[in-house]
Amino acid sequence: MSFQEVIFYLFSLALLLSAGAVVVSRNTIYSALFLILTFFTTSAIWLLLQAEFLAITLILVYVGAVMVLFLFVVMMLDVNLARLKEGFIQYLPVALLVLVVMAAEMIMVVGSDKFSTEAYPLPVPKPADYSNTKELGSVLYTDFVLQFEIAAVILLVAIIAAIALTMRRRPNTKYQSPAKQVMVKKEDRLRVVKMDSE
Amino acid sequence: MLEMLISVWNWMPDALQVLIKIVAIVAPLMLAVAYTTYAERKIISYMQVRIGPNRVGPRGWLQPIADAVKLMFKEIVIPTNASRFLFLIAPVLSIGPSLAAWAVIPFNDTLLLSSLDASLLYILALTSVGVYGVIIAGWASNSKYAMMGALRSAAQIVAYEIAMGFALVGVLMAAGSLNLHDIVIGQSGGLGSWYVWPLLPLFFVYFISGVAETNRAPFDVAEGESEIVAGFHVEYSGMAFAVFFLAEYANIILIAALTSILFFAGWLSPFQGFASLSGTALEFLMQPSIAWFLIKTSFFIFVFLWLRATFPRYRYDQIMRLGWKVFIPVTIFWLLVEAIMFLMKVGPWSASVAL
Repeated sequence: MSFQEVIFYLFSLALLLSAGAVVVSRNTIYSALFLILTFFTTSAIWLLLQAEFLAITLILVYVGAVMVLFLFVVMMLDVNLARLKEGFIQYLPVALLVLVVMAAEMIMVVGSDKFSTEAYPLPVPKPADYSNTKELGSVLYTDFVLQFEIAAVILLVAIIAAIALTMRRRPNTKYQSPAKQVMVKKEDRLRVVKMDSE
Repeated sequence: MLEMLISVWNWMPDALQVLIKIVAIVAPLMLAVAYTTYAERKIISYMQVRIGPNRVGPRGWLQPIADAVKLMFKEIVIPTNASRFLFLIAPVLSIGPSLAAWAVIPFNDTLLLSSLDASLLYILALTSVGVYGVIIAGWASNSKYAMMGALRSAAQIVAYEIAMGFALVGVLMAAGSLNLHDIVIGQSGGLGSWYVWPLLPLFFVYFISGVAETNRAPFDVAEGESEIVAGFHVEYSGMAFAVFFLAEYANIILIAALTSILFFAGWLSPFQGFASLSGTALEFLMQPSIAWFLIKTSFFIFVFLWLRATFPRYRYDQIMRLGWKVFIPVTIFWLLVEAIMFLMKVGPWSASVAL
C-alpha cells in the first residue's frame, strides 16, 4: 500500500465512524460536532483527489458558516430525549421498510455498470502548475453559466423569504433607532435648574 | 561550514525539511505573541500616562516570560459536570487554525512554506474555523457566563466574516488571483500601486472586521468584564487559559500580516521606482525586503493596541448593526464600483484583466 492509500483508508475510516456517530450519539451537541468532523474528513479525501478548491470551499461554507449556526441553535435547545424515544417500537417496522428500500436503491445505482471501475478510470495526476481554481472557474462561468445563475436566483429567493418571515412589525420590542440616538443634543435630555443657595 | 549545512539540508528527507520550516515560522511567531502582550501593556500604559510593567528584568523586558512561567505552574481547574474532553480540546481548536494559517503567508519573494493556489480561500476557511474553539469552550464549561460569552462571540464572528469575505473578494478581483504571493506581486510599483488606494473602503471594512473577528476592543463584548466577567474563558485557568490568550494574540498578528499583504504590498518597498532615490545613499530603501513586511505588520499590531486604548466598548446591538447594515452594503457597493471600473478599464488593475 502506498502512502496515499494509507491516508485514504485512514480518512475513510474516520469519515464512516464519525458519520455513524452523528446518528448514534445521545447528545445533540456531540452529534453536531461529529457532523463537523465528517465534513473535515470529506474535505481531506477531496484533497487527495487534487480538488483543493472544492475541499477548502467545503470547509469554508459548511464548517465555517452552516455548522456554526447549526451548533448555535442546538446549544440553545433543550432536547428531551425521553420524549423523542416514545413510540420507537411503534415506528420501527416503517423505519425498517424505508431502510430496505433505500439500501436496495443505493445498491442498484452504485452497483450498476455506470459506476464500475471500468467506467471511472484512475484520474491522471495533474502537473504541479495545474490550477484547480482556474479550471473550475472557466467551466463554471462558460459552459454552466445558466445553471450557476439559476442557483444564485434560488438562493436569493430563499434569503428574501427568510428575511420576510422575521420582518414582521412587533410594536413591543425595545428597538432603539441609532439615527435618533446620534441626533440627541444636550438640551433634549438635560435641564439646568436655577436654585437659590440657602 | 555553510556548504556542510547545505549538504546536510539536502540530505534530509522532505518531511523533516518541512518540519524544520514549520518550527522556523512558529517559534518566532510565539516569541512575537509573547512580546505583543508586553507591547500592549507598555503602549497602553504610556497612552494613559502610566509606566506599565517595569519590575521583571530591565524595563520589564522579561515580564512575558514571568507570566508564562506563572501560568504554567497553575492548576487547570475543570468545573464539575463540564464535558471534560471538549473542555480541554477547546483551547487547542482555538490556537490551531491561527497557527495553521501561517503556512501560506509569504514573508518575501522566496520565503514561504507553501505556495497554495487558493491561499486566500484557505486563510478565510481557517479563520472561520477558529470560532469553534470559542463556542465549544463556552458550552463545555457548564457555566452561564461562559455560554453567554460564547453566543455573543459566535454571533459577532459570523456577522463580520461576511463583510470580511466581501472585502477579500475586492482584493482578489483587483489581483486576478487567489494566491497571496501573486497578490503582492500585483501591487509592485511603489506606494501608488498599492491596493489600499483603489480599495480604500474595503480596507477599512477589512481591518475593522478583523478587529471584531479577533474579539478585540472596542468589539470585545464577548469578554465584557462589566456584564459577563470574562466571557467564554471564565472557567479556564493556568495553561488552558494561556492557550486562549496566545490564540487571541496570534490572531491579531495574523490579521495585521494579512492587512499588510493584501492592501500594503507585503514585502515590497513603498519607494520602489522612485527615480530620485536611485544612486543616493538611500538606494537600499527601494529594495524589496522582509523588513518592510515586518514594519507594516508591526504598525497594524500597534493600531490594534491604539484602538483599545482609545475607544470605549460598543453596545452589542450596535455591533450587530454595524456588521450587517453598514459594512455589508458598503462592500457590495464598492464591489459594484470596482466591477464598473473594470469594464471601463480605469484603475491600476486594467493590465491584469488579460488573463
